[in-house]
Amino acid sequence: MSRIVEIFNSLKVKNRKGFIAYITAGDPTLEFTENLIQELSCIGVDILEIGVPFSDPLADGPVIQEAVERALEHNTSISHIFEIIKRVRKTNKIPLVLFTYLNPVFQYGIENFAKDASDAGIDGVLILDLPPEESLEIYPVIMRNNLDMIFIVSPTTENSRLDEIVRLSTGFIYYVSHTGVTGEQSNIDSEIKKNVNFIKSKTEKPVAIGFGVSNPEQVKQVSGYGDAVVVGSAIVRRIKEYRNDPLGPKKVANFVNDLLKPLR
Amino acid sequence: MKHTIFPDSKGYFGQYGGRFVPELLMSALRELEQTYLSLKDDSSFCAEISRLNATYIGRPTPLYCASRLSEYIGGGKIYLKREDLCHTGAHKINNAIGQILLALRMKKKRIVAETGAGQHGVATATVAAKFGVECHIYMGTEDIRRQSLNVFRMQLLGTKVIGVESGSKTLKDAINEALRDWVTNVKTTHYILGSVCGPHPFPMIVRDFQSVIGRETRQQVLDCEGRLPDLLVACVGGGSNSIGLFYPFLNDTEVKMIGVEAGGFGIHTGKHAARFAGGKIGVFQGAKTFVLQNPQGQIQETHSVSAGLDYSAIGPEHSFLHETDRCKYVSVTDDEALQAFLLLSELEGIIPALESAHAVAYLLKNPPPKGTVTVVNLSGRGDKDVLEVQRLLNEKKGKNV
Repeated sequence: MSRIVEIFNSLKVKNRKGFIAYITAGDPTLEFTENLIQELSCIGVDILEIGVPFSDPLADGPVIQEAVERALEHNTSISHIFEIIKRVRKTNKIPLVLFTYLNPVFQYGIENFAKDASDAGIDGVLILDLPPEESLEIYPVIMRNNLDMIFIVSPTTENSRLDEIVRLSTGFIYYVSHTGVTGEQSNIDSEIKKNVNFIKSKTEKPVAIGFGVSNPEQVKQVSGYGDAVVVGSAIVRRIKEYRNDPLGPKKVANFVNDLLKPLR
Repeated sequence: MKHTIFPDSKGYFGQYGGRFVPELLMSALRELEQTYLSLKDDSSFCAEISRLNATYIGRPTPLYCASRLSEYIGGGKIYLKREDLCHTGAHKINNAIGQILLALRMKKKRIVAETGAGQHGVATATVAAKFGVECHIYMGTEDIRRQSLNVFRMQLLGTKVIGVESGSKTLKDAINEALRDWVTNVKTTHYILGSVCGPHPFPMIVRDFQSVIGRETRQQVLDCEGRLPDLLVACVGGGSNSIGLFYPFLNDTEVKMIGVEAGGFGIHTGKHAARFAGGKIGVFQGAKTFVLQNPQGQIQETHSVSAGLDYSAIGPEHSFLHETDRCKYVSVTDDEALQAFLLLSELEGIIPALESAHAVAYLLKNPPPKGTVTVVNLSGRGDKDVLEVQRLLNEKKGKNV
């Protein structure tokens, strides 16, 4: 059983909702990222999504675009990310999902990528610009290397495609809660509950809800609809704020701790 | 091999193409594909396009025998397909008209588009004005600087031009931003992509709407020469004017085809947009195709004197035609294109777009043999470029002093 499946099982037993944090690897430095992974794990984040920086992040809003620019200033690559994950894994069991666009993976080589990710201790992969229709070659390689492959369902996903996405997705299903790029939203879409219920009527797999969640009230509200909440841009904005602070990772973790409280 | 059976049902030209997009766009792309497939052979839809081609765009555009240019080059006969005489001054309107009709059928109330040189932006702003649809155009701020005249034209047409500051501030960044807008407003908005790139079905739709260029050319050459041409030459950015000219000739094996990419300061400098000379296969902005990128898969910035060719990827069908060797792809430098720009103006009284000047420049370097017939796609007129050319010429004069 994968670490991701395990964590959702144990959350279920404890009758708790999961908290998933997104950070961009190498923002502002790899060392900062490594420390931040440790800090976020200490305060009880359930799953971490590690973003692979890509020069043209077309599904991301301005906050993550800037993070990617900071990470690419010093050429953060997939190999660098695997190195820090290997070190983290010596002491830490937090489930890790690599959140990436396809081209960096494609250039690394699909077979090598899946093998090295698995060896480094990555648990799952979410490729933003890879819908199930295009994943025929990649999917079996990811599965063979014992990684979970997470697919996205959005408010515009047609019912005719939903069954296939739900069937292929392992670990959890990522529900994007609003139409748009990543970023914080002042109003959370009222249709979330209805759509997530519809997904849950099709599958036992956990559903995580993300895109736009930014404060403890929203965490509380959204977590009621699914099995876990994803927060990205709100955290990345704090990373920017504390990027030159020697205690940066700790201060970002303090912010995340406040987001976590409604779930405890 | 029959080249005209592509793309397949999944949007592939051989191994190139596909639909690599975030989940949020999948339903819009499927809706667009279904709408297009249901209309493309519909007689009332085709009649509407033919009527607008004739009465609004000014088609058919002439096939002009450039006798002084032919004489200067000293080889075979060179014809210019005068897409610069289309309404708005470039071939881009052929696609914009077709796509706005699709948008109206899909009941979309708003249009977004990207633009590099501004020609696709002007064409889109024009059809949006004609049909009374709200329109937002994304344009890199570097392109806004060098194509300021087109920015003002779009504004006159009632379109909002939004500057894009990210990345290289050119076409690829404008496409990213237009896609982000589309992802956000997908329920009400249609994205009129301007080239044969991006996710399926765009490369197919844009090609089909641009193929009017090649269909007319084929008939016109047969009328003047009584036979098919020996060679077709066109510049290739994303690749819409070239595929528009080439496509109706793909099964005519005796017709050779040359696509001319932007060599910028020269391939050896790394500052260019020659995807086949400097790129490799990757997945970018929705399609698998040749892309200029570093070994880690980060997309590289490009350089060309011509904003319309300044793009990191090439349309997937061109990658396929390159792989099967049906078309050859070459590049010419900024300086060579500039020389061709000046020469065509002086010899024929036709000021070409800097993009189209690349195609002419190829012939200056490679004179076609005597007795042959060549057609160059003069994809756009150069009015938009005169200020930039003036600046470049002054810069050169300054260096020579």
